[in-house]
Amino acid sequence: MDGTITKEAIFKPENIVYKKTSLMTDNILSYCPGCGHGTAHRLIMEVIDEMGLESETIGIAPVGCSVLAYEFMNVDMQQAAHGRAPAHATAIKRLMPHKTVFAYQGDGDLAAIGTAETIHACNRGENFTTFFINNGIYGMTGGQMAPTTLPGMKSSTSPYGRDLKSMGHPIKMTELVAQLPGTYYVTRQAVHTPAAVRKAKKAIRKAIEIQQMNVGLSFVEIVSNCNSGWKMAPVQSNHWMEENMFPFYPLGDIKVDGKLIEKK
Amino acid sequence: MEKELRLMKGNEAFAEAVIRAGADGYFGYPITPQSEVMEYLMAQKPEEQTGMIVLQAESEVASINMLYGGAGCGKRVLTSSSSPGISLMQEGLSYLAGAELPCLIMNAARGGPGLGTIQPGQADYFQSVKGGGHGDYRIIVIAPASVQEMYDSAKIGFDLAFKYRTPVLVLTDGATGQMMEKVYIGEQHPRLTEEEIKEKYPWATTGKSGGRERNIITSLDLDPYRHERHNIKLQEKYKTIEENEVVFEEINIEDADYAIVAYGTTSRICQKTMQLAREKGIKLGIFRLISLWPFPKKEIRELSKKVKGILCVEMSAGQMIEDVRLNSVDGAHIQHYGRMGGVIPSPTEIFDFFEKNYIKD
Repeated sequence: MDGTITKEAIFKPENIVYKKTSLMTDNILSYCPGCGHGTAHRLIMEVIDEMGLESETIGIAPVGCSVLAYEFMNVDMQQAAHGRAPAHATAIKRLMPHKTVFAYQGDGDLAAIGTAETIHACNRGENFTTFFINNGIYGMTGGQMAPTTLPGMKSSTSPYGRDLKSMGHPIKMTELVAQLPGTYYVTRQAVHTPAAVRKAKKAIRKAIEIQQMNVGLSFVEIVSNCNSGWKMAPVQSNHWMEENMFPFYPLGDIKVDGKLIEKK
Repeated sequence: MEKELRLMKGNEAFAEAVIRAGADGYFGYPITPQSEVMEYLMAQKPEEQTGMIVLQAESEVASINMLYGGAGCGKRVLTSSSSPGISLMQEGLSYLAGAELPCLIMNAARGGPGLGTIQPGQADYFQSVKGGGHGDYRIIVIAPASVQEMYDSAKIGFDLAFKYRTPVLVLTDGATGQMMEKVYIGEQHPRLTEEEIKEKYPWATTGKSGGRERNIITSLDLDPYRHERHNIKLQEKYKTIEENEVVFEEINIEDADYAIVAYGTTSRICQKTMQLAREKGIKLGIFRLISLWPFPKKEIRELSKKVKGILCVEMSAGQMIEDVRLNSVDGAHIQHYGRMGGVIPSPTEIFDFFEKNYIKD
């Protein structure tokens, strides 16, 4: 022995503190370094794995940055037209009520073009789970203004900042769907720090558990960064998110057990 | 066993037929003149009989994407609508064709364009047979001309849809959808179990049990060369359909000097026109299209060689006539007669036009 630590010496079962779930494929993520999508994908897949639902899960990918989610999530997946994931999920869950069904959507997909599908699936109390990744921008198409872009926030289609008078206000879809009787669990989370990741995973697990109860739609928003679209370094974008996104989109549960959380 | 005979509207016969064909789910949105389909299904409560789901969606856009979701799971799913609603579904149909998913759509067409009218029309021919949405694709289009054929089109449509993994459109109109006729009700075909679906349709997203790799239903491929290969595969499938699935009916074509080419409601009306002609000693026959796509290319070509003239009768400005002309021999005498905006032509006005333009004195 010359004292060199070999790969084989490290890769022993007793040394493993973390292992990628087999429900994430080995494909290289198409997301920008620093983006929250990869973490959100992993958390959902870990929960599905830990709950033993691998063979009973069907996921729906949206249009947007996560259009290729099916390349990374190692479960049966469908890729929907822009905004229509809730329509897919509705039909799949109605036709196969014992399956676990989730829609994974971005803010442009869920809160602009797919608003009708989102609201009506929530209002009918469909028994699936929606994961809503809100980064306040259209990332895939190159950083255009989204329905959730903050007031004054610059994007490629609001180059002088979002002017509320001409461009309208950002929409708080999560608060909106919480008002509907068909939603049972509505929460807003983030994945930018280890603590936030742990909390988000608990919320994701709770959402999937609620789906097994057949009591209505469970809805998890994840406020995320888009360092490329926001034109910032990843760390800077996380700070900017804390300072600007969280005051407008505050983290925490909005509706639990079918009841709105009273704000003090 | 004696067949059950009922007096039904075309729309109701279609609705009963989809239950009997073992459909798993109907997803629709109300629109005249076909709302009876969903009304009938809701009243019948097929969920209690066969387990079939019936859901009133928030729009035609949602309906067609519910079909995408259900078809992706290997389920027998359908929707019905009328012209403006079918226009809204074109995006979804393009996705369904791209992802090669089987489903059934019924269009009880009305006069257009725009909101148009609620009266019958045949002006959706182009949209139906040429693709309708974006990209290079075709869907199978069948055109019933009676309440019995409305009934029969459900099972035929589902079978074709799954045989070729393609959407199938039943193109009728407000007249055939609303009229009442006797109809023989067929047997109840059982819905497939999940195990049967997994075995018959291994591509379906049913959950990746049994140790198989994950299934992905998508119409996306960012690699242009791979995506071109997918397109070539689709075109090969369409060629196979064109070779195997042409359906038509010839009525008194054998001895005909002249032929009317028509489909659906107008082909029924033209039978009276044919009778008027034959009473006057004019040998007029009818070539009735049943499959609009695939189009009977060879048969129309032979017909154009055989007869002295072809009259195309449509409730449109003349859409099917383009395919008739495209497939006929050069110099064939082909004219259009049609009414628009929801007006149904009478047998006598068709005969008058025919006599004036084809029978020289």
